[in-house]
Amino acid sequence: MTVHMKRHGDASDGTEAVGGRLSRVDGPAKITGAAKYAVEQRLDGLAYAVLVESTIAAGKVRSIDTDAAQAAPGVLKVLTRDNIPPLKTASDWLGTPPPDAPYCPLAHDITFSGQHVAAVVAETFEQAVAAAALVKVSYDETPAIVDLSDAKAGDGIPIDAMTKEWGDAATAFAAAPVRICAAYNTPREYQAPMEPHGLIARWEGDQLTVWEPSQWLDGMARTYAEWFGVPFENVRLVSPYIGGGFGSKALALGHGAVAAIAARMLERPVRLVMTRPQTFTGYGGRAATRQTVTIGADADGIIQSIVHRGVNETSIDGMWVEPLGSTTSIMYQTPNFSSRQNVVRVNSVVPGAMRAPGENPSAFGIESAIDELAYEVGIDPLEIRLRNYAEQDPHAKKAWSTRQLREAYAAGAERFGWSKRSPEPRSMRDGNQLIGWGVAAGTYPVRRAYGEAMVRILADGSVEVESSSIDMGQGTYTILAQTAAETLGVPADNVVVKLGDSRFARAGVTGGSRLAGVMTGAVHKAASAALDELVGLAISDQRSPFHALQANTLVVANGRITSPRGEGPEVSIAELLASVGRDRIEAKGDTMPANSTAEERYKNYTTIAMALPHTEGDYSRYSWCAHFIEVRVDEDFGTVRVSRVVSALDSGRLYNPKLAESQWKGGIIMGIGQALLEEGIVDRRHGRIVNNNLADYLVPTNADIPDIEVISVGIPDPHSSALGGKGVGELAIVGVAPAIANAVFHATGKRIRDLPITLEKLI
Amino acid sequence: MRDFSYLRASSVDAARQASALPGAMLLAGGTTLIDLAKCGVAEPDTLVDITHLKGLDAITVDDRGATIGALAKMSGIADHADIKSRYPAVSEALWQAASAQIRNMATIGGNLMQRTRCPYFRDGENFPACNKRRPGSGCSAIGGVTRGHAVLGTSEACIATYPGDLAVALVAFDAMVHLGDRQVAVDDFFLLPGAAPEREHAIQPGEVITAISIPGSTAARRSTYLKVRDRQSYEFAAASAAVGIEFEADGRTIRDLRVALGGVATKPWRARGVEAALKGKVLDADAVKRASLLAVEGAVDHGANHYKIELAPRVVARAILKLGETA
Ligand SMILES: Cc1cc2nc3c(=O)[nH]c(=O)nc-3n(C[C@H](O)[C@H](O)[C@H](O)COP(=O)(O)OP(=O)(O)OC[C@H]3O[C@@H](n4cnc5c(N)ncnc54)[C@H](O)[C@@H]3O)c2cc1C
Ligand code: SF4
Repeated sequence: MTVHMKRHGDASDGTEAVGGRLSRVDGPAKITGAAKYAVEQRLDGLAYAVLVESTIAAGKVRSIDTDAAQAAPGVLKVLTRDNIPPLKTASDWLGTPPPDAPYCPLAHDITFSGQHVAAVVAETFEQAVAAAALVKVSYDETPAIVDLSDAKAGDGIPIDAMTKEWGDAATAFAAAPVRICAAYNTPREYQAPMEPHGLIARWEGDQLTVWEPSQWLDGMARTYAEWFGVPFENVRLVSPYIGGGFGSKALALGHGAVAAIAARMLERPVRLVMTRPQTFTGYGGRAATRQTVTIGADADGIIQSIVHRGVNETSIDGMWVEPLGSTTSIMYQTPNFSSRQNVVRVNSVVPGAMRAPGENPSAFGIESAIDELAYEVGIDPLEIRLRNYAEQDPHAKKAWSTRQLREAYAAGAERFGWSKRSPEPRSMRDGNQLIGWGVAAGTYPVRRAYGEAMVRILADGSVEVESSSIDMGQGTYTILAQTAAETLGVPADNVVVKLGDSRFARAGVTGGSRLAGVMTGAVHKAASAALDELVGLAISDQRSPFHALQANTLVVANGRITSPRGEGPEVSIAELLASVGRDRIEAKGDTMPANSTAEERYKNYTTIAMALPHTEGDYSRYSWCAHFIEVRVDEDFGTVRVSRVVSALDSGRLYNPKLAESQWKGGIIMGIGQALLEEGIVDRRHGRIVNNNLADYLVPTNADIPDIEVISVGIPDPHSSALGGKGVGELAIVGVAPAIANAVFHATGKRIRDLPITLEKLI
Repeated sequence: MRDFSYLRASSVDAARQASALPGAMLLAGGTTLIDLAKCGVAEPDTLVDITHLKGLDAITVDDRGATIGALAKMSGIADHADIKSRYPAVSEALWQAASAQIRNMATIGGNLMQRTRCPYFRDGENFPACNKRRPGSGCSAIGGVTRGHAVLGTSEACIATYPGDLAVALVAFDAMVHLGDRQVAVDDFFLLPGAAPEREHAIQPGEVITAISIPGSTAARRSTYLKVRDRQSYEFAAASAAVGIEFEADGRTIRDLRVALGGVATKPWRARGVEAALKGKVLDADAVKRASLLAVEGAVDHGANHYKIELAPRVVARAILKLGETA
């Protein structure tokens, strides 16, 4: 996969250097349709698989009648649990050794509606769809636990690892003169990427190639390898472009196993793409959550105690913990704190990661509660945040590496005009529209890991960067070109970045906003090594035109080599390579500790176990943001529209502000959807999501989104990454929903603690 | 694989004959039909394509009324200068319907015939019971997720909302559906579910909608379509109102009033009670609000759709008052 860059400026205008506003280099390919996504590969002999899913939420498969399907035109095979070879259970993403038990992606024991029970493979997609409808599954149904509010759900399982406590929160709360206590709920939400999940699997002997949109090639390759008991090296994942993941494309999932099994059984490449409804049950969205937040404060609004209890749903046989105390425990200074969390099993697919898992719902609780406290004590919602500003990490008790949140509040308030806010609820209006202004903060930890990259300087002076990391729209292609260009002193136009193939230099997960920091560091290191070798050759090789100069260094700029003071020759990189008889310089660089073992390296790229804690050493590392949002609520209709957003964000140094701003805006837009529209609605009798399509599961349209102004207040953070950046992608969604809920309260005097804020909650 | 045949009708008569055969369905823009075929609700044996038929997309407007060919596109009608000036409610209803892409594809004939968005209707695999889809099988919606369902015109057999916008404006202004030689008032064209919710329209097999006509009226000239919805665009109505008004010479006394509701009923819902209560009265905010409550007379909710009973009268009142302001 190759992206040819279009020139957007030359080195002299600074757009190409790290920190420059270079446009996305993969943009033209995507806009013109030239970009080929994973399942668009044309392979000879391709067969098509379609999943059959359970129509009950709990019980057992009694029998599956596949006769009619098997006899349907074009059908090659109907797969059920009874006729497919069992796989081995794979390790989880921490690399925990799996139980020695078989794994079967087609179920007999049904724990949620929409579980894969069979698959039909046929010569054409249409034949497979038609035959899948002929598979008759009969069940013994048992009562399902529908969701968190189900009477059968119970209190769930305490997750001790989530407990965070200091001081004596209960006593301090009881003694506090001002007390607020409220419950906040978020529903099931879905990543709803444009590109549905799917793959093409092909076996050649014991070698498996999988074309699949992926946020983590090496991690998914590991899972496939373990499932099928083949060496890791035998699995190749290819994922040149990803049409949105938002956390949902980081792991190999059951449907992938089904396709790979089918491909092996039929000895043909098999393509399997989920239908849109299947994307609501084939893997998990954000778990529904419940939180109670109590805050005890003195009369000036200074927090004395926070007691927080959280619950999230998980599946009957899988474990997902959505860390609900994550924002709660670090946003404000408090001498007494207690946060605990339970997880409740319900008949749903196991929930998964969705943009800022944990911090996002956590912030809805604490950032709504602090707003309630502000009204309770009668001070401005921004002022109360400043009064309780955490000067260090209150939980880790460490200095922040950088925390430009005060600057974010100041810059956002200034641009928004916060000082003109009239404090009383329902005090601002325009005809039938009640106007409300709300503020809320957000945060996301800096997740760090080690990275690896290959940089090649080719005979024509062009540069190639290779990594098995991916670009799902966040800009990896672009910023790695910028990094290599700046480090090597070549125009970014001359850099080709190749991503999305597990044969390239390995990479860890693209999730938790870590990739940019990891990969710019790795490319910088590899490119520096390549540059050293180039300059070394130029100085010391007898055939080099610089040899006679006896310089101890040379300058490479704009693809040309000169001596520091300009004496001697000036030659292009291509000319230099030709003169010394080299057709390339190749350097693989990684940022792992030098003495790392092969096993540690493997673990680093295929699990998240080697990730560096964000509170490692002397510092606590987070990105921060403050959202200022105006809503207009129709007083008769209850409809809420966001009319203005100003957000100030601290992501440290930005490698490419244009791309970072786009990601921030994307996060804010998703936050608007979360606040006002998104909710998986369950039929309680069937335990099934009924709005499982994009006409009924509403995400924002352009008409729902006003102009969004984003302001960068970050400064380079040397403790967070090699080049000083912190996380970008997850941050901006955090705090949007509470800012909107707070604005709705200001507009209407009604506090909505259940997302989404739909019109019937306000009329 | 489910094979079906595709037939390009050579004339309206040919389309009539072909569509009279069992399992035949007319294909216009396809934005409803193909969607329903994909979810297994529509299972045509023959698609009779009428999109290329000449002369069926004309829009003519004069003082007596407007006639719109069945193949006229939603976007074309919405943007037609005479429709905008003489029937603003019709233009506005179309602008606020669906998305730009759909409006460019979809025809007015297909638009009237669009099916309900009831999620149970659209998912036969998981919810076999649906009287509209399989007569006599029961109604999965009752007792289930009902947030979008109707509060007016429902029956024990079906509570599905008629989702369209345009037909709401049409019913307010006494439009007629032309089925070749025969014409049916829009209000009669749409049927209440009663005991047979599978029958939605007063159209017989072998009949083709050829045009819609809307009588000209002063009330239509001063009209509006107000649509309230969860999302600002590309979303069906939570409640909507098509309203037209004509004042006496004093500019305050209501001579003629047309009110119809969308998003809350099993068919486009003419609210004659509101009209009767206000005709002859002087326009006054309180009186309008009180009279608008009559819009939901007899409404029955099914839990989650209760808000529609509160919302609909407010939408009606706002629409009437908005027209009054422009007096
Ligand atoms: C996601 C989505 C959102 C939408 N939102 C809205 C909305 O907000 N408001 C709204 O009003 N609509 C909305 N629609 C519906 C849309 O307006 C209809 O799909 C469209 O108008 C149908 O027209 P068509 O020409 O594509 O019909 P087709 O799909 O071709 O036909 C629909 C039906 O009408 C029959 N038919 C077509 N022409 C004739 C004829 N001349 N005589 C007799 N029968 C005929 C067909 O046999 C078929 O049964 C939405 C649709 C979608 C998919
Ligand atoms: S409301 Fe009507 S369309 Fe919906 S399930 Fe019941 S019968 Fe079917």
